Amino acid sequence: MTDIAADVLLDIHNRMVRIRTFEEEAGKLMESGKIPGALHLYVGEEAVAAGVMVHLRDSDQITSTHRGHGHLVAKGGDLQKMYAELFGRATGYCKGKGGSMHISDLDLGMLGANGIVGAGPPIAIGAAFSNKYRGTDDVTCCFFGDGASNEGTFHEAANMAALYKLPVIFVCENNGFGEFTRQERHQAIHDIADRAAGYGMPGIVVDGMDALAVYESAGEAIARARRGDGPTFLEYKTYRYFDHVGVRGMGVIYREDSEVLEWRQRDPIALMEARLAEQGLLSADGAAQVHEAALAEVREAIAFAEASPFPEPSALMEDIYTTAAGAGGAA
Amino acid sequence: MTTMEAPATREIPYVSAVAEAFAQLMREDPTIFIAGEDVALYGSVFGVSRGLLNEFGPQRVVDTPIAESGIMGLGLGAAATGLRPIIDIMFMDFMGVCMDEVVNQIAKMKYMFGGKAKLPLTIHTMAGAGTSMAAQHSQSLEAWFCHVPGLKVVMPSGPYEAKGLMVAAVRDDNPVIVVNTKTILGMKAHVPEELYEIPLGKAHVIREGTNFTIVATGRMVSESLKAAELLSADGLDVEVVDPRTLQPFDTETVVASVRKTHRALIAHEAVRFGGIGAEFAAQIQEEAFDYLDAPVGRVGAPFTPVPFSPVLEKEYMPTADKIAAEVRRILGKQV
Ligand SMILES: Cc1ncc(C[n+]2csc(CCOP(=O)(O)OP(=O)(O)O)c2C)c(N)n1
Ligand SMILES: [Mg+2]
Repeated sequence: MTDIAADVLLDIHNRMVRIRTFEEEAGKLMESGKIPGALHLYVGEEAVAAGVMVHLRDSDQITSTHRGHGHLVAKGGDLQKMYAELFGRATGYCKGKGGSMHISDLDLGMLGANGIVGAGPPIAIGAAFSNKYRGTDDVTCCFFGDGASNEGTFHEAANMAALYKLPVIFVCENNGFGEFTRQERHQAIHDIADRAAGYGMPGIVVDGMDALAVYESAGEAIARARRGDGPTFLEYKTYRYFDHVGVRGMGVIYREDSEVLEWRQRDPIALMEARLAEQGLLSADGAAQVHEAALAEVREAIAFAEASPFPEPSALMEDIYTTAAGAGGAA
Repeated sequence: MTTMEAPATREIPYVSAVAEAFAQLMREDPTIFIAGEDVALYGSVFGVSRGLLNEFGPQRVVDTPIAESGIMGLGLGAAATGLRPIIDIMFMDFMGVCMDEVVNQIAKMKYMFGGKAKLPLTIHTMAGAGTSMAAQHSQSLEAWFCHVPGLKVVMPSGPYEAKGLMVAAVRDDNPVIVVNTKTILGMKAHVPEELYEIPLGKAHVIREGTNFTIVATGRMVSESLKAAELLSADGLDVEVVDPRTLQPFDTETVVASVRKTHRALIAHEAVRFGGIGAEFAAQIQEEAFDYLDAPVGRVGAPFTPVPFSPVLEKEYMPTADKIAAEVRRILGKQV
């Protein structure tokens, strides 16, 4: 671990803190009704996005999920545009048309959050195919959940990825639940990475609360893909602190509070801060400053969003086709 | 149905009417089971299966993995071998994931096998926009399925219809898709306690009128009733017809209404272009051309994916006001 450069460690920590702050504030705004629709929050799982994304360039792609804010924050997304999107404003990433479940930034290779569980893997292999076709050494990281690993789309994409030796990394965020259904009630295996062997690619199980373990495993898989040696399946065991949608997360029928508290004991940010302190890289004061800076940045993003205009009603009929020609069906 | 005439009526919300239909049907027929994502322990994210696991146990109330093709195929295989499955596809948008099972397998098996197969399968799903859930959780795709021979499609407009149509759908020996609308799940109305059936393929004249017919589906029925009130101020006496079943469509009842009123408009929440209203309008014109005093109008969503932002979604949604405005436009006295 010690051979990881200090600036990388601090970078990972910073990304995790920014994700958490983004999500906690977003959760409050959803619960108070200021943000419309449904938010699937990433709190508890920050080490995965941060530890993977720190390896990526802007030209590397990712496919994300319904729980996608953390992925884009870690990929370097603009928090103002993200918040404006959550608020449905014209200044948002998708001009207010997509909302939380469709946030995207194609310039950063972020090929979209997705409302359809399991939609990411086939898209990811397409991007990876394109990287190879165009002769780049860019890679595609495909984020998806334990629940999504049961969709046929994942299996079809995994087979093709290995068959064509595509530069794609399957990043399975196993947070133990698909909605309200515990993993052991939705699949008969414990380690989802076991599935990788069936498709002819390495499958690795990693502690997803440990950002350094994420960093190292992802680094190897990404290097392998860049070299042209094909896909890897990374399973990160992690946990969602909040509810499937919104904040609550405790006092629910589908899990014990004690389980939540147990996972919180191994909080990825606290774990990282302890390590950084141990190595003398970040004091308690220094850590507090990172949190404060993140909060200031998030508050600024919220202020920007709230001051932004809603889209003009006429925007409803824009952006449907690339050419201006309509397809009949007047409004 | 004596309770219907009883003065003290029991009013329950739409969602409870569906849950009650499931429970009563399952008590009556041990071959009925329900399967879907989070339908058992959680009672469905919409609450339509709440209480079923407790009463019927995990063999008959089945939580599935997130795997719509698998779930739908499971329903098909079970239906073909003597069971009467109810398959829940949480949001109608997710039907996209299992279209092969629905369109190429379920719809066609009986015909392809020379009539030998019997598929008593019910697919239950939730359509509709208006909840800021954006383009992949808001669609009304009923027209897709009405286009496929071998499938039946019902679209309840309220709690009474929700229960009665569900009972008919589950008891039917054919694959029936029940398309509920998420924004009317809280709507309350009188629902008889006993099991009752609303026959498939029979339309219902929900409001009688003399000089204009609105044919409306799902949530648009209540919007059309509101529109009818608005239009009565203009001196119009609007009849509202709820087809209840979209496939098979009750041409007869609708045409009889239009022959009486001489004007018609179809209202649905789905995108107007290629929506089921196009088919209804064509049938009205085929059967009642000589009776029509005006072109048949249509109100539906504009030709765009459903937007997220509430201001755009408001613009998108068909409403009573938009229905009334279109009726006035047809009559050439738009205000
Ligand atoms: C095709 C499809 N089926 C079902 C859903 C409803 N749904 C949304 S999130 C979710 C659970 C996903 O579980 P997982 O993949 O483990 O991701 P997590 O929410 O745990 O991050 C479900 C069932 C959906 N959006 N798309
Ligand atoms: Mg999960």
